[in-house]
Amino acid sequence: MSLEEREARQPVLLLTPAITAVGLLLVVPLGFILVYSFWLRTATGADQAGFFLDNWREALSDPFYRDILLNTLKIAAVTTIVCALTGYPAAYFIARSRGNKALLLLLLMLPFWISYIIRTMSWINILGASGAVNSGLMALGLISEPLPMLYNEATVVLGLVHFLLPFMVLNVFVSLDGIDATLEDAACSLGATRWRSFLEVTLPLSLPGLAAGGLLCFVLAAGTYITPIVLGGPSDAMFANLVFEAIITQLDWPMGSALSLMLLAVLGALVLLYNHFLGMAQLMKGLS
Amino acid sequence: MGWALIRGWTVLVYLFMFLPIAVVVLLSFNASQFGSFPMTGLSLRWFAELAGNEAILRAFRTSIVLGLLTAVISTTIGVLASLALVRYRVPGRNLISTLLIAPILVPEVVLAVALLLFLNALAVNKSFALLLAGHVIFTLPFVILVVQARLVGIRRDVEEAAMSLGASPVQTFFQITLPLLSPAVLAGMLFAFTISFDDITGTLFWKPGGVETVPTQIFAMLRNSISPEINALGTVMIVLTAGLPLLGIAIARRMAMKRGG
Repeated sequence: MSLEEREARQPVLLLTPAITAVGLLLVVPLGFILVYSFWLRTATGADQAGFFLDNWREALSDPFYRDILLNTLKIAAVTTIVCALTGYPAAYFIARSRGNKALLLLLLMLPFWISYIIRTMSWINILGASGAVNSGLMALGLISEPLPMLYNEATVVLGLVHFLLPFMVLNVFVSLDGIDATLEDAACSLGATRWRSFLEVTLPLSLPGLAAGGLLCFVLAAGTYITPIVLGGPSDAMFANLVFEAIITQLDWPMGSALSLMLLAVLGALVLLYNHFLGMAQLMKGLS
Repeated sequence: MGWALIRGWTVLVYLFMFLPIAVVVLLSFNASQFGSFPMTGLSLRWFAELAGNEAILRAFRTSIVLGLLTAVISTTIGVLASLALVRYRVPGRNLISTLLIAPILVPEVVLAVALLLFLNALAVNKSFALLLAGHVIFTLPFVILVVQARLVGIRRDVEEAAMSLGASPVQTFFQITLPLLSPAVLAGMLFAFTISFDDITGTLFWKPGGVETVPTQIFAMLRNSISPEINALGTVMIVLTAGLPLLGIAIARRMAMKRGG
């Protein structure tokens, strides 16, 4: 075998396990549930193979599903906006600080290493009936009964922001760090105010990072299953909870397939849109 | 003035991220029998109780075995793929990259449902094998991203030098490439282990009845009420998944500094 032939064959051999894994464990299964979503769960509990549109009709027209989907997208949108507004100044500070940048970044990565379920439930210790805030206020004599602060939509958003903020800050930081700081100084020396040079120079240049962070926050928030259960009330179910309900509790797998694909279609459309305008490279930068 | 404002805001952001976690650690030492304020005194009783809780110990064993297997498999597959993507001119490179990253882009619930139903159709029921397959596919993109980032820095001419001096490709791989790769391999494994150890959504879909990992065990315990035991378990998890790597980084830094000076 010549060197050229080996050069050509090697990458194929190296890539085969990974492509096989993603193909067999993701791509084919997705195709499978697409087929499955047209089957029907019969009254006897068996699945009837065929091409029935019933699941899709129900998933797309039942106001119950529609409302929860819209609510899920709303929660994801609010979470993303809060993350952007909260995270941007912090990312700006880290990128421009002359102090210990490495330490600040390390601290920013730290939450990724701390269990998601623990970070979520930690808010019960803060906002619960006997949590830090209520016991503090009662000890000060400001209230006599604990205030009900948990288990509503606001705490779901709070939990999601707590979970997703590092993603936003990191992505914005990556793009801000790549901008030459002297550009802003140049704008200032040409007569722009600090604020104006930020708005017209730095902000536009950092938009790719903001978009990458925003996409990650939105997609991860919209797919959340745990946060609404731990921090939300009975009426705060999100779309992933519906899917779990259909698949695990009701064992209606064809319907569960249709609902999963609906979520995938909505979020996939966003990812494609992002890819079309900005490309995947920016996203990868922030992830690694 | 503006800069002071931004600095203050950043401090608040960091407090927001870490205060709730600090409270978990604080409350895990609470002597009171309720997992909440007020603190009635300092005590290690909840850690002692954890150590005697068979269900939690079993969950730990499951999580660790699952995490280690996931790390080994996912990193092996991921390092091979990263080598191909970084080192060779692969036709359709962008498409392949996107495909390999796809498990991150697909919402975890959807990935969980697809894998569960497909493997079930192949007569693989909810089992440890399904759990492992799920964790591997879920961690693979992260491993590939991390390992690729590290690989870019490794120069190829060292390998070429070894080969031109008469080393066989296999010898070159084990004696030159692998040692140079080891930081990337280690980073990939650590990342895969951490993600697997922390995963809950997919795990809830895939795990067989009666099997719990640490996160699903905590989740099940939360159903009742927040007990001090959960806070203690949380503290143990924080020390394991964040404290140990931090210690590792600190030690590596000191060693590097000693060697350098």
